[in-house]
Amino acid sequence: MAHHNLSPRQYTILALVAICAPTGDTCLSRGMTNLPAISLAHPATLIAAVFTPWIAAGIALLIGFFASYLTALSWADLTFVLPATAFGNVIVALFARFWLHESISLERWAGIALITLGVGFVARGPSLTERPVAAEAAHSSAEVEEAQPR
Amino acid sequence: MTHPSAWSAVAMIAAMVLLSTTGEVLTAAAMKSIGDLDDIRAHSGLKGAIRAVVTCPLFFAGVSFLALAFFSLLFALNHLNLSLVAPAGASLTLVTNAIAGKIFLKENVDRRRWTAAVLVCVGVYLLAH
Repeated sequence: MAHHNLSPRQYTILALVAICAPTGDTCLSRGMTNLPAISLAHPATLIAAVFTPWIAAGIALLIGFFASYLTALSWADLTFVLPATAFGNVIVALFARFWLHESISLERWAGIALITLGVGFVARGPSLTERPVAAEAAHSSAEVEEAQPR
Repeated sequence: MTHPSAWSAVAMIAAMVLLSTTGEVLTAAAMKSIGDLDDIRAHSGLKGAIRAVVTCPLFFAGVSFLALAFFSLLFALNHLNLSLVAPAGASLTLVTNAIAGKIFLKENVDRRRWTAAVLVCVGVYLLAH
């Protein structure tokens, strides 16, 4: 495994992933709860929902999330990036409690705390699986040989 | 806000998690095949980095599944509370991704990452009650 050695810029990208996703989700929730119940019999109403202000704002934030997420995936493992972003659960809980006025029980708070603990556990480890250089070189040369006409 | 049965809630969250996991594994595989975006941007600029991403077929396969996962999220949010859907979806996706990452992406999912997955599972159990 590679050493856990991220630059400040890379930490910023992970922070953007963690902030944009829950903020976007909260906007989506606010928009969707304002709409009447949607049934599977009328799926087109889901498409129409995309053009309402809260849903559109949520989508804009989720596009920001996706750009940061793709960048992070280009230099870190999926199993590192996803837990690092799960800190957003705490942000969601705070938004849900104080903005959407949903009630959150003690058990849910405990669940959120455990998730955050798990996330911290992963975040302290290495960010990328180290591929053996020799194996990669052999793999690359095999690919080159396959590509060349015999 | 309607109040669906527990099984309906489980089905909505399960569909969201499976679609999301498939999309994320495909997207991660695409990004690893493309290489470090920061390096590509340093060499070819932002346009070069965007071109590298949008010309990768695996990326579009991943995005298609993520789009399906997004609409299943919208559907779930229409019926369930955000404080259940968002953490449960994100956390279960973490566990299924740890399994899929090890099997399909050959990532080194060590004891630290499995412990985190277990902690998250317990957290999800508490969240669902």
